[in-house]
Amino acid sequence: MVSVTYRATREDSSVFLVSIQPRMPAPIRLRELIRTIRTARTQAEEREMIQKECAAIRSSFREEDNTYRCRNVAKLLYMHMLGYPAHFGQLECLKLIASQKFTDKRIGYLGAMLLLDERQDVHLLMTNCIKNDLNHSTQFVQGLALCTLGCMGSSEMCRDLAGEVEKLLKTSNSYLRKKAALSAVHVIRKVPELMEMFLPATKNLLNEKNHGVLHTSVVLLTEMCERSPDMLAHFRKLVPQLVRILKNLIMSGYSPEHDVSGISDPFLQVRILRLLRILGRNDDDSSEAMNDILAQVATNTETSKNVGNAILYETVLTIMDIKSESGLRVLAINILGRFLLNNDKNIRQVSLYTLVFGYVALTSLLKTVQTDHNAVQRHRSTIVDCLKDLDVSIKRRAMELSFALVNGNNIRGMMKELLYFLDSCDPEFKADCASGVFHAAEKYAPSKRWHIDTIMRVLTTAGSYVRDDAVPNLIQLITNSVEMHGYTVQRLYKALIDDISQQPLIQVSSWCIGEYGDLLVSGKCEEEEPIQVTEDEVLDVLEGILVSNLSSTVTRGYSLTAIMKLSTRFASTVNRIKKVVLVYGSSIDVELQQRAVEYNALFKKYDHMRPALLERMPVMEKTSTNGPTEIVQTNGETEPSILETKHMPNVPQPANQANDLLDLLGGNDVISVIQTAPPTKLVSAGGELLDLLGDLSLSGSVPAPGPQVSISQPPFLLDGLASQPLFNDVAAGIPPMIAYNKNGLKIDFTFERSNTNPNIAVITMHASNSTEAEMTEFVFQAAVPKTFQLQLLSPSSNIVPALNAGTVTQIIKVLNPQKQQLRMRVKLTYTHKGSSLQDLAEVNNFPPQSWQ
Amino acid sequence: MMRFMLLFSRQGKLRLQKWYTPTSERDKKKLVRELMQMVLARKPKMCSFLEWRDLKIVYKRYASLYFCCAVEEQDNELITLEVIHRFVELLDKYFGSVCELDIIFNFEKAYFILDEFLMGGEIQDTSKKSVLKAIEQADLLQEEDESPRSVLEEMGLA
Repeated sequence: MVSVTYRATREDSSVFLVSIQPRMPAPIRLRELIRTIRTARTQAEEREMIQKECAAIRSSFREEDNTYRCRNVAKLLYMHMLGYPAHFGQLECLKLIASQKFTDKRIGYLGAMLLLDERQDVHLLMTNCIKNDLNHSTQFVQGLALCTLGCMGSSEMCRDLAGEVEKLLKTSNSYLRKKAALSAVHVIRKVPELMEMFLPATKNLLNEKNHGVLHTSVVLLTEMCERSPDMLAHFRKLVPQLVRILKNLIMSGYSPEHDVSGISDPFLQVRILRLLRILGRNDDDSSEAMNDILAQVATNTETSKNVGNAILYETVLTIMDIKSESGLRVLAINILGRFLLNNDKNIRQVSLYTLVFGYVALTSLLKTVQTDHNAVQRHRSTIVDCLKDLDVSIKRRAMELSFALVNGNNIRGMMKELLYFLDSCDPEFKADCASGVFHAAEKYAPSKRWHIDTIMRVLTTAGSYVRDDAVPNLIQLITNSVEMHGYTVQRLYKALIDDISQQPLIQVSSWCIGEYGDLLVSGKCEEEEPIQVTEDEVLDVLEGILVSNLSSTVTRGYSLTAIMKLSTRFASTVNRIKKVVLVYGSSIDVELQQRAVEYNALFKKYDHMRPALLERMPVMEKTSTNGPTEIVQTNGETEPSILETKHMPNVPQPANQANDLLDLLGGNDVISVIQTAPPTKLVSAGGELLDLLGDLSLSGSVPAPGPQVSISQPPFLLDGLASQPLFNDVAAGIPPMIAYNKNGLKIDFTFERSNTNPNIAVITMHASNSTEAEMTEFVFQAAVPKTFQLQLLSPSSNIVPALNAGTVTQIIKVLNPQKQQLRMRVKLTYTHKGSSLQDLAEVNNFPPQSWQ
Repeated sequence: MMRFMLLFSRQGKLRLQKWYTPTSERDKKKLVRELMQMVLARKPKMCSFLEWRDLKIVYKRYASLYFCCAVEEQDNELITLEVIHRFVELLDKYFGSVCELDIIFNFEKAYFILDEFLMGGEIQDTSKKSVLKAIEQADLLQEEDESPRSVLEEMGLA
């Protein structure tokens, strides 16, 4: 393209200059630009090309060239994807959208979606164009407008255009209807108050045959139900229709249009299942109406491909969330168990697909373990195996789940696995795992020695990952394990001479040595072979810690204090200790200096007070500090042992264990709870608890539940530093009640509210006896409906004195997150005048304030 | 809902990005860099799901391209894998044995297909046939639209 200019001279008409000027060439095509840019060998080269092209595009924009605007914007979008700024194209997108040409609109709307989100000033300028295009004669133009609105329309734009969307929601054109439905979803997400206006249009949505409309309608309905309880109630009537649609999908023959690996429209199935979940939650009738279809889907869906498993996964989530029958729940858990096994087998084949699977299964199990302990416990060994998986996500889930499954029955075995895991896992897990081990050990330790050994193991293998707050907790635990002091200090000392790099370990050990150093050098130890160590050797170790570069300031503080305390426990090395303390009086570390100076003063001026000040620490009161944030789970402690015991031959019940499981889960709508730490001898609590659930006379030797730790208070994980009492002394204004009064035995309940969790009601049971003979071996047990959780603390005694001379008290804690009406079934057993008596009663007269 | 979808190569080149929630350019860049790093670091035998912030990342590799979606807590990861697969099938049908180059050179078409399949992070149509038909018809409309131009017009001389 050239333009030619001639210039004539004045005198003659002979030929002269021809100047040739190049004109602006047409902008290069998109593909060509892409090709060119891809030839750039360096980032700098690319940048240069981009800059050149941007300049050309800018000029072209300035010329207001309609012809090439589309091409230029497309190129701009490409460069934007490479990471270069493209804001100068924003207005051009608007112009393209306003154009009459479809090509322009297509690129214009794409550009708008990429460059013009609601944060941009010019975003709103689109509104008018979109409005016009929503009413365009061509459905594809309407489609573009709906898509843009539905992907990124701002709240203001949504407000302006909601009416148009609502209109289109009622059209018979399914191409537009499905897009309108999703636009409506977006509008509702941005401006929830507008939800109401779409209600009329939802009337016939599910009558459609078109799967696109069906799918988007289900999404719309789901969105509305999730956001509004009124809508939820309103749409419950759709359950039968949804069930029908789902049934048709499953029963219908092969439909090529919607088939995915032999399953008909799995996307729609999954969305329907999800909507059913929301509708069935907390609603008996709806849950019942969907029971059959859920069972059908659960049993008939092919599991060989991911698509089938996606449906099963959604089904399981639904079953677990609605009020399903127990049989259905067991089915769901078994599906999850199979998922895990799948994972297990294929680890050897290292199939990506089943690893995906295992992760999903574990996550679901974590959600269900709260309510169906026993069924999940069955899969415990599979879950524990997942700890050895190579995949980080799976390992984490397995660890969380393993901790959730630990209970008094499986503590030894589980802890072995978890400690092994702690030894070999990635650093990112160690802190959480260590904390979890401490927590579980404290709750379920079968013996003090085991407890101490476990702590030692954690400190020595993962000592540097232990959280700071663990140290005071451990110290408290050790103090309270009086008979283990000798053993503990010996083991800690041995660990210390091996390794002085792990701060928490050194701190605990130093403290122990300072406290029990006399036991250490005594040459006596009950639990294991005593070591022979002299006072000087002990001081060598402690001094070593003081001088080591590895020791933190805090650690040094512990060590110095320990050395000081030994001055009253050691006989022959007091002078050496005095010397050490003197030296540190001029330490450059202020903290150490202060301590040393004070200890020095203790030697010099207050030597008479020294023994008293450095005396052995008393056993610390384990007042539960800021209280539990959740009631201690029972983790189905009795149930697994039921499954594991054999039936005695004289039991008249059907010997089918599965049935018993169902009865436990669903039969009487109550779950039994064990009591913690029975006060004196153990009554064989297992069998009787089962009886509580309605005459299942499973007998057989059931091991006594609960830990043998003889602490007088429940084993909550202590935050050793806070000292807020669990509950107020002042009753929270809830009137007391008589729970039971028969044959001279009266049970009163008084109430308090937990300080820390308004969903926990704290009930004190007072048992009194008006007869003239005392009631011995008195055991109080309680069970609550499924939606509650209950914990019984140890009773004050198990003798109820005669003639109301005293009471037996016991604390019951009830967690009631759904604020449902409190009901309880109680069982009382005692011996009176030589005969063994027992009674069952329902307690329904709880004052409303106790559960509202 | 799906929060966003990214397509990128093994070398960390972004080929497509679709965001279903408003995000600043700076945040987009940061997110993309972070996610690419995370996903590219994964070994082949690992699980297709990642937890990231409060979202779940579902990714799958097809030849040289990674398809990476972020979904919310309550979304079904397994079906998201199927969503990704469906998108790949649509591209494959449209381009005829799609490869990364097709998506590089025809990125706008890839977007058109995506926008016909998903909207606002949800599926618009579960029928492959229906989505492809709509694209086909829109393409036809585009062709009809482009009126033929004379050579002179091209040269700017008429």
